[in-house]
Amino acid sequence: MAFLIGENMTGGYGGADILNDCTIGVEKGEIAVVVGPNGAGKSTAMKAIFGMLNLRQGRVVMDGEDITALAPQARVHKGMGFVPQTSNVFTSMSVEENLEMGAFIRDDDISGTMEQVFELFPILKEKRRQPAGELSGGQRQQVAVGRALMTRPKVLMLDEPTAGVSPIVMDELFDRIIEIARTGIAILMVEQNARHALEIADKGYVLVQGSNRYTDTGQALLADPEVRRAFLGG
Amino acid sequence: MDFLNAITLLGNFVIVPGAAYGCQLALGALGVTLIYAILRFSNFAHGETMAIGTMSCILFTWLLQSWGVSFGPLPTALLALPVGIAATIALLLATDRLVYRFHRKKKSTPVIFLIASLGVMFFYNGIVRFIIGPDDRIFTDGERFLLSAAEFRAATGLQQVMVIKMTQAITVVVTVICVAALFWFLNRTRTGKSMRAFSDNRDLALLSGINPDRVVIVAWILAAALATIAGTLYGLDKSFKPFTYLQLLLPIFASAIVGGIGSPVGAIAGGFIIAFSEVFLTFAYKQFIGYLVPEAWAPEGLVQFLSTEYKFAISFAILVIVLLVRPTGIFRGQSV
Repeated sequence: MAFLIGENMTGGYGGADILNDCTIGVEKGEIAVVVGPNGAGKSTAMKAIFGMLNLRQGRVVMDGEDITALAPQARVHKGMGFVPQTSNVFTSMSVEENLEMGAFIRDDDISGTMEQVFELFPILKEKRRQPAGELSGGQRQQVAVGRALMTRPKVLMLDEPTAGVSPIVMDELFDRIIEIARTGIAILMVEQNARHALEIADKGYVLVQGSNRYTDTGQALLADPEVRRAFLGG
Repeated sequence: MDFLNAITLLGNFVIVPGAAYGCQLALGALGVTLIYAILRFSNFAHGETMAIGTMSCILFTWLLQSWGVSFGPLPTALLALPVGIAATIALLLATDRLVYRFHRKKKSTPVIFLIASLGVMFFYNGIVRFIIGPDDRIFTDGERFLLSAAEFRAATGLQQVMVIKMTQAITVVVTVICVAALFWFLNRTRTGKSMRAFSDNRDLALLSGINPDRVVIVAWILAAALATIAGTLYGLDKSFKPFTYLQLLLPIFASAIVGGIGSPVGAIAGGFIIAFSEVFLTFAYKQFIGYLVPEAWAPEGLVQFLSTEYKFAISFAILVIVLLVRPTGIFRGQSV
């Protein structure tokens, strides 16, 4: 069984079900990418795994422990880091303070982790005293990812990390995400740029209408003519 | 020499009282702005909170005085402040538990919170009148002047004198200490930073593991301390009359909104803007101009823009102008 897995998830925000028997999992040190057309329930699946909506059926298991009933905050304590798609930084606070707030649940010394984040994103060290709201879109995303890394999570979940950033910044961010995965963290990512994201994915999930349509390695999905025609524009 | 007299006159009747009043408004507005930043509603009970805090201080001051305790040249009320603050904190936390927590659980809209705070205001209002009554109370003791008229005249030889009351000096000093402590807390401590984070982006703060209940409790504690200090300083400087504390609500809200509600720096700037606008516009410039121009040109009227009875119109007018021109205030707080 995968390190983190949302199994047979069915549920929605109260009305009709958005997820129908959807399963998504990720191993330590791997990158799993969820792609699919608009409204396929990609972000919803991610939120379900993080506990932001109630599941009618199915369960979420991390490291062999059933965490289906836990609130999002409790899951952060268990080792999940979540980077929301929008408003994912404290705009009025400095970069350094953003990182400090990311580590709020920790009582030990956080300077080592902060150094690691600065090594990963050198630009943040330069701008550590600047309010995060004054940074560019790509730098903000780095702050957001850095903030989530401050708890030293076992799983990092990213909701469209490259939304609204330029292609160059996107490449850069993906490189950083690969680096993070190499440190042994499991990465689960929802992406709009399907082709690009699948290139770096160890595992790809193509969702359609809240259900798994294709599941394979990133390379295999990219090579699959059916997936290419239907979801990647030929 | 006449120019110096004119400046001294202005200092005596405008600058010194304006600075003290500005400090009092700034402390009041800081409490309003903090509650707005954390709980996202305009706390209309803040004026009455100041009254309750001052009342607790007065009661304990009387007790101290009956024991024969005094604070030398400083007013005894300063010694009573910690007790007054503690009583007010207890009251606000109890109120939060009984009134506001219910609405937080229900996720009520800000306007419901505002109406609830109006109810709390009337309740506090009743408590104050019930315990200490509606009358004027003067509880200032100790030295009356830091710089008396005789001392000033002996030092400068000017015809016009400038006096600095002890209460005015204390107001400024205590305000500087409180503001410095508050900013140190908000910018340097973990709890303070978590409050700024909570005010900035509530969802992300929750994701980061910041405990919302704790943030709310600390916000009430700070509001109680600031309200008690602001109210006591105002009461020492003028006198304690419960009704005036209700009236203070308008200039305090005007200060918070002019500066940018939710922004502590804005609350302080707003406090001084409102205070100085009030004193400058209600001051009678007859004597001031008399010092500066030849005798024949001296004005016959009072040369007063507005009579002092209309001072609340000034806060109100500034409030309306700011809401029309720049609704987020000078320091870009949250929009109201």
